[in-house]
Amino acid sequence: MTTSTSLVSTPAPKGIEVSFLVQETRALTRRLFIQLVRRPSTLIAGILQPLIWLVLFGALFSNAPVGLLPGGMSYGRFLGAGVIVFTAFSGALNAGLPVMFDREFGFLNRLLVAPLSSRSSIVFASVIYMTSISLLQSIVIMATAFLLGYGWPGPAGLLLVLLTLLVLVFAVTALSLGLAFALPGHIELIAVIFVVNLPLLFASTALAPISFMPAWLGWLAAINPLTFAIEPIRAAYSGPIDLSLVILNAPYGDVTGYGCLGILIVLTIGLFFLIRPLLNRKLA
Amino acid sequence: MYLIELQELVKSYGAVNALNGLSLKVPKGSLYGLLGPNGSGKTTTLRILCTLLAPDSGQVTVAGLDALKAPQLVRRELGYVAQEVAIDKILTGRELLHLQGDLYHLPSMKRDVRIAELIKRLDMKTWIDRRCGSYSGGMRRRLDLATGLLHQPQLLILDEPTVGLDIESRSAIWNLLREVKSQGTTVLLSSHYLEEVEALADQIAIIDGGCVIAQGTPEDLKSQLGGDRVTLRVREFSDAEEAEKVRELLTNVDGVRQVVINRVQGFSLNLVVDDENVLSSLREELDKSNFQVFALSHSRPSLDDVYLQATGRTLMDAELEVAGQRDVKLEKKKAMR
Repeated sequence: MTTSTSLVSTPAPKGIEVSFLVQETRALTRRLFIQLVRRPSTLIAGILQPLIWLVLFGALFSNAPVGLLPGGMSYGRFLGAGVIVFTAFSGALNAGLPVMFDREFGFLNRLLVAPLSSRSSIVFASVIYMTSISLLQSIVIMATAFLLGYGWPGPAGLLLVLLTLLVLVFAVTALSLGLAFALPGHIELIAVIFVVNLPLLFASTALAPISFMPAWLGWLAAINPLTFAIEPIRAAYSGPIDLSLVILNAPYGDVTGYGCLGILIVLTIGLFFLIRPLLNRKLA
Repeated sequence: MYLIELQELVKSYGAVNALNGLSLKVPKGSLYGLLGPNGSGKTTTLRILCTLLAPDSGQVTVAGLDALKAPQLVRRELGYVAQEVAIDKILTGRELLHLQGDLYHLPSMKRDVRIAELIKRLDMKTWIDRRCGSYSGGMRRRLDLATGLLHQPQLLILDEPTVGLDIESRSAIWNLLREVKSQGTTVLLSSHYLEEVEALADQIAIIDGGCVIAQGTPEDLKSQLGGDRVTLRVREFSDAEEAEKVRELLTNVDGVRQVVINRVQGFSLNLVVDDENVLSSLREELDKSNFQVFALSHSRPSLDDVYLQATGRTLMDAELEVAGQRDVKLEKKKAMR
C-alpha cells in the first residue's frame, strides 16, 4: 500500500535472521545473569545444598562395609556422581519458574509484542543460563569431592561429565519451560516440582546401586532418565573411560556407556518434540 | 489513508463478550483516542492490535499487513505501552532499554544513540541507572513510553497512558505524545478520561459494549449532536416544585429544545438550546415571572454529551455501573499468556 509497507513486507535474508536470533538470545540471557548477580541467594543456596548432601550422605554411609559397592568403590565416590546429576536436574527443573513469573507479572507480554525473529530465543536463553549454572555447581561439587578424597575424573572424564550434564539440563529445562506455559500459575508449577523432584532422586541409582533395591524399585531406577546420566559420570570417576563397557546392570539387561548416553539423547530429543507443540502454541 | 483497519472483531472470554463486531479505521498520522468506560473493550481491542490476542473472528490490518497472518511483521511497526507497566525490578532503566533495543534488533550504535536521546527527551538522566524497583509511577510510565518509542515505530499504541498519574507527569506525557504525533507517528490511545481525549485526540471513537458507537473528530461529533448547553439556577438550592415550575415556563420559549431537571445538582436545570441568542429570551421570560437568575452558564456540547447521546448514560454513570461487576483477578488471568 505504501512505501513503508513494501519495506517491511520483504522477509529479512537468512544471515540477518540468524544475527537477529543471536542478538535477542544474548540480550535475554544477559537479563537472567544480571538478575543472578544482583540476587545471588539462589546461586549460593544452589551450591551449598549439594555440598551438604555430599558431606551428610557421605558421612551417613561412610561405615558401609568395603566391597559392598561395585568395583570396591567407597560410598563417597559412589555418591559424587549422584549429587552432581541430582543438582543439575533439580536446578533445571526450576528453570520454568522465572518464565512463570514473567507470565504472571506481564513481562512476557513485552517479549511477545517484540518482533523476535524466533520465540525459541526465550527457550534458548533459559537453557544457556541453566547450563552455565549447572556446570558451575558441578565443578564446585567435583572440587569438594576431590578435597574429601572421593577422587577426580581426569580431563577425558571431565569432558564426559560436561557432555552428559548438557544433554540432561537441556531436556529438563525444556520440560520445565513446557510446564511453565502449560500450568496456570507458579503455585501449580512449584507443586509439580515438589512431587517430581525427590521421588526421581530416590528411584534412581544416585544413592544406591540397583543391586541394593527391591525388584520393583530396581525396575523404576532402570528406566529413570537420571540413572542414564548418573552411570556414565560414575564411570568417569572409576578410572580410564571405555564407553563400550557395561556400566548398568538393569533388570532388562546390561547397558553400556554408549547405551546410557544414547538413551539419554533419545529421551531428550523425544521430550523436545513432545514439548515443542506446546511452546509453539503458547508462543505462536 | 488508514494505518489501522479493524473489521467486525468478535472476542469473548468464556461467557463474557468483550467485543461484538467492533470496526475501526485509524488514519495515518492521527492521534486517535478510544474513549469508553472500563470494561467496554478498549484493552481487548488494543491487545488484538498488538498481536497479543487473536480475535474469535474479524480482520486486523496494520500498515497494510494482515496482523493475523503476519504478526511478526506487524510487531516491527508498532510500539506498545501497556496499562499495567511490566518492568523488571532488578534491572535498571537503562538495562531495560538496552534489552528492548536488542529485542527490536537495533544495531548497537543506533540503540545507544536512541537510548541517550530518549533519556534526554524524557528527562530520565538522574534515575535511569537506578533499579526499576525504586521508581515512582510517573517514572515507570516515562520509562515504558521510552521502551515503546525506542525503535521509532510508525504506530504507538498506549493503553490508558496517564491513569493514576499526578498532573505534572500527565501533562509531560501529553506534550510528548503531541510531539511524537507532529513527527509523523500515528498514536492510538485508549482512555476513560474525557478531558484527556478532548485535549489530545484529533480523531476519536467512542466504544461501548464492545462496539464502536460513534467515530470522527471531536468537533464533528459535537456539532452532529447540535444545540448548545445551558445550565440555569434560579436559587442556589432550589426544590423540586420550583424547578418544575421553571421547567414548564421555559419549555415553551422559542429555541429551547429540551429542559431537564438535574436533581443531583441542587435542582438546577439543564437546557439544550439552538444557539446563544436564546439566552436573552430565557432571562426575559424568567424576569416576567419574577424568578431570579442565580447562575446561568452556556457551553458548546462536550464529549460527555456526545457519549450521553450515544449510550443514554454519562461516562461516569457507566464507570460506576461496571465498577461493581468486574472481576479484575479473572481478567488478569485471562490476559496471561
